[in-house]
Amino acid sequence: MKALEKFMQKVKPKEDGKFPLAYAIWDGTYTFLFVPGHTNKNGVHIRDSVDLKRTMIVVVLALIPALLFGMYNVGHQHFLAIGECLSTDHVCNMFWDKFIFGALQVLPIVIVSYSVGLGVEFIFAAINRHPIQEGFLVSGMLIPLIVPADIPLWMLAVAVIFAVVIGKEIFGGTGMNVLNVALVTRAFLFFAFPTKMSGNQVWISLGGDKAIDGFSGATPLGDAAQGAMDKVPSLMDSIIGFIPGSIGETSAIAIGLGALLLIVTGIGSFRIMISMFVGGFLTALVFNAIGDAGSYMAMAPLHQLMLGGFMFGMVFMATDPVTASQTATGKIIYGLFIGMMALLIRVANPAYPEGVMLAILLGNVCAPLIDHMVVSANIKKRLKRLKTA
Amino acid sequence: MSKDVRIRKGVNIKLKGAAEKLYANPVSTSDIVIRPTDFPTLIPKLSVKVGDKVKVGSPLFYNKENDQILFTSPVSGEVTEINRGEKRKVLEIKVKNDGADSAETFKQGDPNTLSKEEILDNILKSGVWPFIRQRPFDVIANPTEEPKAIHVTALDTAPLAPDYGFVVHGQEEAFQAGLDALAKLTSGKVHLNITGDANADAAFSGAKNVQVNKISGPHPAGNVGIQMHHIDPINKGEVVWVLRALDVITIGTLFKEGKLDASRSVAITGSKVKDPKYIKTVVGANVADLLKDNVEEGGRYISGNPLTGTQIPANGYLGFYDYQLTIIPEGGENRFMGWLPFIGFNGFSLSRTSFSFLSPNKERDLDANMNGEERAFVMTGQYEKVFPMDIYPVNLVKSMIVEDIDLMENLGVYEVAPEDFALCEYSCTSKIETQKIVREALNLVRKETS
Repeated sequence: MKALEKFMQKVKPKEDGKFPLAYAIWDGTYTFLFVPGHTNKNGVHIRDSVDLKRTMIVVVLALIPALLFGMYNVGHQHFLAIGECLSTDHVCNMFWDKFIFGALQVLPIVIVSYSVGLGVEFIFAAINRHPIQEGFLVSGMLIPLIVPADIPLWMLAVAVIFAVVIGKEIFGGTGMNVLNVALVTRAFLFFAFPTKMSGNQVWISLGGDKAIDGFSGATPLGDAAQGAMDKVPSLMDSIIGFIPGSIGETSAIAIGLGALLLIVTGIGSFRIMISMFVGGFLTALVFNAIGDAGSYMAMAPLHQLMLGGFMFGMVFMATDPVTASQTATGKIIYGLFIGMMALLIRVANPAYPEGVMLAILLGNVCAPLIDHMVVSANIKKRLKRLKTA
Repeated sequence: MSKDVRIRKGVNIKLKGAAEKLYANPVSTSDIVIRPTDFPTLIPKLSVKVGDKVKVGSPLFYNKENDQILFTSPVSGEVTEINRGEKRKVLEIKVKNDGADSAETFKQGDPNTLSKEEILDNILKSGVWPFIRQRPFDVIANPTEEPKAIHVTALDTAPLAPDYGFVVHGQEEAFQAGLDALAKLTSGKVHLNITGDANADAAFSGAKNVQVNKISGPHPAGNVGIQMHHIDPINKGEVVWVLRALDVITIGTLFKEGKLDASRSVAITGSKVKDPKYIKTVVGANVADLLKDNVEEGGRYISGNPLTGTQIPANGYLGFYDYQLTIIPEGGENRFMGWLPFIGFNGFSLSRTSFSFLSPNKERDLDANMNGEERAFVMTGQYEKVFPMDIYPVNLVKSMIVEDIDLMENLGVYEVAPEDFALCEYSCTSKIETQKIVREALNLVRKETS
């Protein structure tokens, strides 16, 4: 380690030299390798061992189960589509074939997402002459998990640039953004390239092969929105996740493992997760009561929540601390609101079979308002004390 | 009527090197230093120059805003140095101790029989007044104002803090005399806030003429601002005076003996101290004299506790308000991949991202490393976990950063002091210097509203 440190110090570019980009990249790499030995100067003399890098890495760790499962599922769906395996053959046959095919599909997406996003971040760090901030470590991993496996990489790159610049950097960078960066990426793709982001053709990576006759490739929610309720997979299938969908969203179990890590470490807000689940569940219950038997509306509440991106959005998107409500009470209102809106858009709106993305973005926009109301209540309480005193 | 307050939010940070409840052999200090910078917002006006002879209780300087408030010498001897910083700001006044302890005399008598004016006058002239601080703003109290109440905290919950009960033991009479004097200074109540977690010393639990409240729970339960918030919160326009129980003894002794008693018991603590004990010395004592051969190499010297104390050099001097000296490792080494969760650096963390959360009672040896770099606010809910007031700490800090005084007022700026944010600063993922922000904001509000 001493040798590495010496080497890094040797290649260190000048801080206010001609190449601020070189310095930003060096600084980013160096502080990644070594937590700098800065000591406290003002205020407290001892500090918690946690920092933003550690926090962000924990979230990335929490995403790993969903990523691995996503890779496998991409391969599984591929071989299903070209008729080389049966839908009942989940794990036993062709395990490595499926995983390697999926990995080869997914890894380029991950690499493009990280390299383009971090590239933009480094350029902004150099322009503003501040150290690179860690926010994109998580966004860069979230983005691949919420896009279809077959997405053209150039499209992804354009969307990532748009999201990082317009979604984050113009507001001042990590910690200042109003909207979740990963969701901005997805919303951009969704509205700019609708044919590549919706419909029945995009969710399965065929990899040049031809799909067998009668294979639809539609997501369960796509089927449900069309009224083809008989094609919707069973509750058990939607929990385990061998269904078409965005790369990381299909398995509630893999997402649940991540949720567990986030809740145990205290990094993801359990308030938001639980209240969003409750909000979605209650809304689905209402629809279930008023909908005709056998229709999309009347789908069992738990089944509703296990399909599509609800679980993924609940655990990893809505809980983003920067864009969510920041007060404890606000978090509960915010979660309930998103849960309800997600189901409302899903079921009541014929244009979009999935509503979680838009619901969370709407929640992001409303979060400051919710906080404002919660804090105002606290202010009123204090003013009241003044009057009665 | 007394109140029982249970603080739930907060945490006790257990560090190595707590002081054993024994007194080390007393050493007399060769010289003392009074630092005007120990008193926020104070502009000092000197009463002495280099070469002047002073007695115990002779004024060294006074407050420019209010020339009644004197700062007096804790020892007798000669003024040897007056150190100034930028713009000739007075940083230190050094007095060489001649060991004679010749003292100015002040009024002696039972505070119960003295008038309010006599008591005020005695406290002001002897230089004891600066021990009485006020909320809002956490500055020295203004003797011309009438406080709504006076709060005395008899517990210190900060890491490695001295046990007030141990120090006060045997000084019951002086303590009671001090409380009697305080009772004359307000038409409201004098609150004595004692620990509810253990048996309080008889001097505390048997105190008369005051309302005794029991406070239990983790740090920051010992902060007087937190106690006030739960017992009788302060509103805009009100003033409350606050003291630590040990300062009350100084007031009591003044009335009992008629002279300034600047002696104090200091807890010598921290993992770098070979033999952590209490030691009797005076205000502003030379740390090198107190710590002779008792400290290992490579330590950071802190006058006060590791959360709110001031860094001093190894040959520095004890701060005016400090009853504790802490010497912890300086740290400062780069940590390879130190950010790795669970397997990287395993210091005490409130976030459960390292396994240290499994052993909260283990005594730790923390150094002064920042363990990261400063970032924008990202995580939420962290400050709230260690901030036991009905105030939104992050919102308040943000309003302080943008200097929005109206918003600060609404969010409760009058109730807080920098020390209340010390644990927030400790646990902050983004390594924001919260106490500094709060101090500057309080100074700003004080300037703009007076």
